[in-house]
Amino acid sequence: MRQTDRHFKFDWITILLFFILAGFGWLNILSASHSGEIVDYFSFTEFYGKQLVFIILSIVLIILILSIDAKFYERFSSIIYFASLLSLIGLFIFGKNINGATSWYDLGGMTLQPSEFAKAATALAVAKYISDLQTDIKQFKHQIRIFAIIVIPAFLILLQKDAGSTLVYGAFFFVLYREGLPKIYLILGSILIVLAICALKFGVIVTMLVAAIVVFGYYFTLKKKPSFFQPIIALVIALLISFVVRYTYDSLLPFHQKDRITIWLSLEKDADKLEKMKKEAAYNLLESEKAISAGGFKGKGFMEGTRTTGKFVPEQHTDYIFTTVGEEWGFIGSFGVVLIFVLLILRILHLAELQKSQFSRVYGYAVGAILFIHFLINIGMVMGLIPTIGIPLPLFSYGGSGLWGFTILVFIFVKLDSNRINEW
Amino acid sequence: MRQLLLFLTVILVGIIFTARLFYLQIYNSSFNSIFDDNAIRKVYDYPKRGFVYDRNGKLLVANQPSYDVMVIPREIEPLDTLEFCKLLKIDKARFDSQLKKAKNYSWRLPSPFVSHLSKEDYAVLQEKMRKYTGFHIQKRSLRQYETTIGANVLGDIGEVNNRDIANDPYYKIGDLMGKQGVEKSYDSILRGRKGIKFIQKDRFNRNIGPYKDGKYDTLPQQGKDIKITIDSELQAYGEWLMQNKRGGIIALEPSSGEILAMIAAPTYNPNDLVGRKRSKNYTKLYNDSIAKPLFNRSLQGIYNPGSPFKLMNSLIALQEGVISNTEKVYCHNGYKYGNRFMGCHCGGGSRDMSLGIQKSCNAYFATAYRRILEKPANAREGIEIWSNHAKSFGLGNFLNNDLAVGQKGRIPDKAYYKRAYPERFYSTYTISNAIGQGEVVTTPIQLANMTAAIANRGYYYTPHIVKAIEGETLPDKFTTPKYTTIDKKHFEPVIEGMLKVYEKGTASSLQVKGLEICGKTGTVENFVIIDSVKTQLTDHSIFVAFAPKDNPKIALAIFVENGYFGSRFAGKIASLMIEKYVNKKITRKDLENWLLTHSLENEYAKPYSGEPFKINRETQYQVIPMEEVIGLPDNSNP
Repeated sequence: MRQTDRHFKFDWITILLFFILAGFGWLNILSASHSGEIVDYFSFTEFYGKQLVFIILSIVLIILILSIDAKFYERFSSIIYFASLLSLIGLFIFGKNINGATSWYDLGGMTLQPSEFAKAATALAVAKYISDLQTDIKQFKHQIRIFAIIVIPAFLILLQKDAGSTLVYGAFFFVLYREGLPKIYLILGSILIVLAICALKFGVIVTMLVAAIVVFGYYFTLKKKPSFFQPIIALVIALLISFVVRYTYDSLLPFHQKDRITIWLSLEKDADKLEKMKKEAAYNLLESEKAISAGGFKGKGFMEGTRTTGKFVPEQHTDYIFTTVGEEWGFIGSFGVVLIFVLLILRILHLAELQKSQFSRVYGYAVGAILFIHFLINIGMVMGLIPTIGIPLPLFSYGGSGLWGFTILVFIFVKLDSNRINEW
Repeated sequence: MRQLLLFLTVILVGIIFTARLFYLQIYNSSFNSIFDDNAIRKVYDYPKRGFVYDRNGKLLVANQPSYDVMVIPREIEPLDTLEFCKLLKIDKARFDSQLKKAKNYSWRLPSPFVSHLSKEDYAVLQEKMRKYTGFHIQKRSLRQYETTIGANVLGDIGEVNNRDIANDPYYKIGDLMGKQGVEKSYDSILRGRKGIKFIQKDRFNRNIGPYKDGKYDTLPQQGKDIKITIDSELQAYGEWLMQNKRGGIIALEPSSGEILAMIAAPTYNPNDLVGRKRSKNYTKLYNDSIAKPLFNRSLQGIYNPGSPFKLMNSLIALQEGVISNTEKVYCHNGYKYGNRFMGCHCGGGSRDMSLGIQKSCNAYFATAYRRILEKPANAREGIEIWSNHAKSFGLGNFLNNDLAVGQKGRIPDKAYYKRAYPERFYSTYTISNAIGQGEVVTTPIQLANMTAAIANRGYYYTPHIVKAIEGETLPDKFTTPKYTTIDKKHFEPVIEGMLKVYEKGTASSLQVKGLEICGKTGTVENFVIIDSVKTQLTDHSIFVAFAPKDNPKIALAIFVENGYFGSRFAGKIASLMIEKYVNKKITRKDLENWLLTHSLENEYAKPYSGEPFKINRETQYQVIPMEEVIGLPDNSNP
C-alpha cells in the first residue's frame, strides 16, 4: 500500500511555490533582457531564451532526482561531496574568469558554475556526518570536523573571488545550532558582529570604553565572582578583534568593498562626499533603489518599466532581478515575492522538523537555511539594507547553474520528505 | 526552542523587507507619469509662432532664427579656450562662470552656454564647432518686431516661470510664452501646439529607440497668424506726439469697438526685449518705478475723468427727465449748496445744456446731478439709478475684453455710499461726482468706450484688439452691440454741445477744417503724498472726442498726466490724431511742433525734487529745441 502511492506523498505545496517563483522569475528576466521585439522565446542568443531552456531542463532533472531511491542520497553523500570538492579544485586549472571571479567551467557555448552545486553537496555531507550515531555535536573534536566539512568548499570558493557564494556557507550555523551546537557560539557570534559594526561606526576607543563598562558592570553584578583575569582577557580579545576589523577596513579591503561598507554604515562624515560616493561607487544601488521606488504601489506593468527597458540597473537580469519586480509589479508584486519566499522557506523548515530520520531533518534544515541566506543577502542588498554582495536570488536570477543547483538542493529534500514514512 | 531561531529570523526578515518596500514604493515613491520619468527623453518639436499684422495687413511681428551654444560638461575635451572665447565674443571669466553654472545644473544634460548668437557669429562658429567636443549649437526661434512702436500693444515673450507651469501643464520648463500684450492674451493661438516625441534612454543617456514605438508621440500644430485692430500709422503718430509726456491714449472705431491705437507713454522699443539683451533691458524697465514704462496707462491708469464725465451726467439727467435740453440754469461763477460753494471757471451767466457743455459749467452740472439724486424720495435710491446708467456705458467694471491687463475703475453706488455714510446720505455729499471728480474713477479705455457709445448714440461694442484670426471667427461678445440705458433721442443735445466745444468752446483753437469734431475737455485735480503731506500737483490734461459728428470713424480718450488744461496737451493731441486718421494728412505743422517741443518732464520731476514747487498756472513750459526731438518712428520695416 505504502509502496504504491509513494509518488503522491511529494509535498505539492513546496513544488508549487518552487514553480511559481521560477515562472515569475522568468517573466522578469524576459522583461529585463529583451530588446525590441520578441521573435523566439527559445532564442539561444537571448537570456530569456536560454533561461526558458534551463527551466525545461530542470524539469527533466527533477524527474531524475525524484525517481532515484531516497537512500541513494544518504549513502552516496560523501562521494558526492568529494566529487564536488574536486570540481571546485579543478577550477584553478580549467576555470574561466568572468567579471573577476574564476568560478566557471567553459563547456563550449555554455558555462557551468560548480559552486552552485557544492551547496547541495555540502548540505548532504553535513547531514550525513551529524546523523552518524558516533557524532556528538557537543564535543569539540566533532565540531571541528563539521566546521572542516563546511569551511573547505567555502574557502575554495573564496579563493575564486566569489565572496557572495562563500557567505552562503554561513547558513550552516543555523543548522548546527538547531542540532545542538552550544549556545556559546551563538553568543560569541552575535558579540563579534556587534563589536565589528561598533568598531567601524564609532571607532575602537569608544567601542572599547562601552565594552569595558558592559563587561565590568556584568562582572560586578555576579554573586559568585570568577577570577578577575577573566573580564580582562575578554576585553583584550575584544580589543584585538576591534583592531583587526578596523585594520581590515582601513588597509586590507579592496577599494570597492571598502566603499560599500562606507556607504552602508554612512562612515563618511562629510555629507557631500558621501552623496558623491553614493553616485559613483554605489551607482548600482542608487539605480536599483530608484527602479524599485519608481514602481509605486501598483507598478508600471509587465514590460512597461522604463528603467528596466532603458537598462538603467546593471546586471538586472542576474543579481538585480528584484528591481524589475519592484518597478513593473510595484509594492503588490514585490511583497508577493517576499511572501512566497518566506512561505517556501518556512514550509521547508516545517517539513524538516517533521522528518523522522536525522539525516533528512538536517538536510532539510540546511536547504531552508541556504535559501534564506540567499534571500536575505540578495533582496537586502538590492534595497540598500546590507552592503553590496554579489549573490543570486534563488530561482529568479538568470543562470543555468544557479537554477539547477537550487533544483537539486530543493528536490533532493522533496524526495527525502516523500520517503519519511517509509522504513529505512 | 532551538528550532525557533531560524523560523523567527525568517519571519522577522520578511517583515523588515516588507517595511523597506513600503518605505521605497509607497512612502517615498517616485512613481510618475512618462512626462516626469527621467528614463524617457521628451523631445519637443516647436511649431512656428504665428505672425501679427496690423489692421491694414502690415506685418508687425515675425520670427527670427537664433542660435544658442549648448554645453554638455562631461563630454568636454581639452580645448583652446582663448580661441573659443574669441569666437563667442566672451572673456575667460565669463567662460569659467558659464561652465561652472552648467556643471552645477548637470554634467550629462545640455545647458545653454552662450545664448542668442547673431547670424554672423553663427556662420563663423559653425565651421569650427567640430573642434570643440562637448559643445553644440541649438537653433531656436525668437520674435522679430518689424517695428519700433506698440510695445505695450504687442507685448513680448519670455520663458515660463514656475507659476505658469503650475497654472497650465502645457508649459514645460524652458518654454516660451507671451508675457504682455497681444503675445499674452493670444498666446495659445500664436504658439500653436508643440509636438512631442518620447524616446527611451539607457543609463548612459543614449537614445535606444522610440518609447512604445511612438504610440504617445504627437505632431506639432502650427501657430496661427492674427490681425490686430491697431492702425500702426496712427499708433506711431500718437506715440511720437506723446514723447516727453506721460499718459494714455485709446482710439476706437465706434462702429466696431476696434482699438485703433493704444498708447501708453513713456514706452520702449519692443526689440529691446528680444534675445541676448532681454533680461538686462527688462530689469531696467521694471526697476523704473517713477516713469513705469511697463505700466500700460491706457488700460491700467485710473484717473478721475473730470469734465468729460459731465456728458454722462447730461445724458442721465435727460433720461431721467429732471432737466430739459432747453432749460436754463444760472451760474453765479459757482454753485452754492448748503453753506458750501463750488467754484466755476465758465464766466457765469445763463446756460442751457449745450452751452453748459461748451463752457464746461460746473454750476449747471451740479444742478443736474442733484436733481437726478433727488428725483426719488431718497438720495440713496437716486445714486443707485445714476450709478446703473453710468455702468451701462461700461464704466466701473472690467470691460471683459481680450487685453492682457485692465482695471475696474469705480462708479460709486448705493452700497458704496452705505459704507461711506452709514447714517445719513444727501445728494450734496457727492456733488463732486457731477463734474467727474470725487469718487468717480475711470481708465482711458473706459472713457474712450463711453465716448464711442455717445458717438453711436446709445450703444457700444466691447473694445477689442483682435481683428481676425486665421481660420476662426471672432467671439460674439465683440460683434454684438451693447445698449446703454439712455434713449437715442437724448444724445443729440449732448453731441450738439460737444460740437460747440470745438466751434466756440474750450477747444475752439483746435478745429480741423472741414471736419465736424465733437469733444470735451477735462482738467483734473490730483494729489500725491510727499513726506506724508498730501500735495497737489498740476492738473491732468484730459480730452475725449469723436469725429466726424455723423457716421463717426474714430472716438478717443486722451489722458496727459500733469498737462494742466484739457486743451493744452490732450486736446491738441486729439485734434491731430483725428486729422491724421480721418484726413490721412496733417495740415497744422505748428500744432505738431508745439507738442513735440513741449516736455512735461519738469512737472514729473517736481514731487521728487525735495523742494517746494508751483503748480498749474504758475508753472512754466519746458521747451526743448527741435533738434532734440526724436523723429517719427520709422514704421516701415527696419
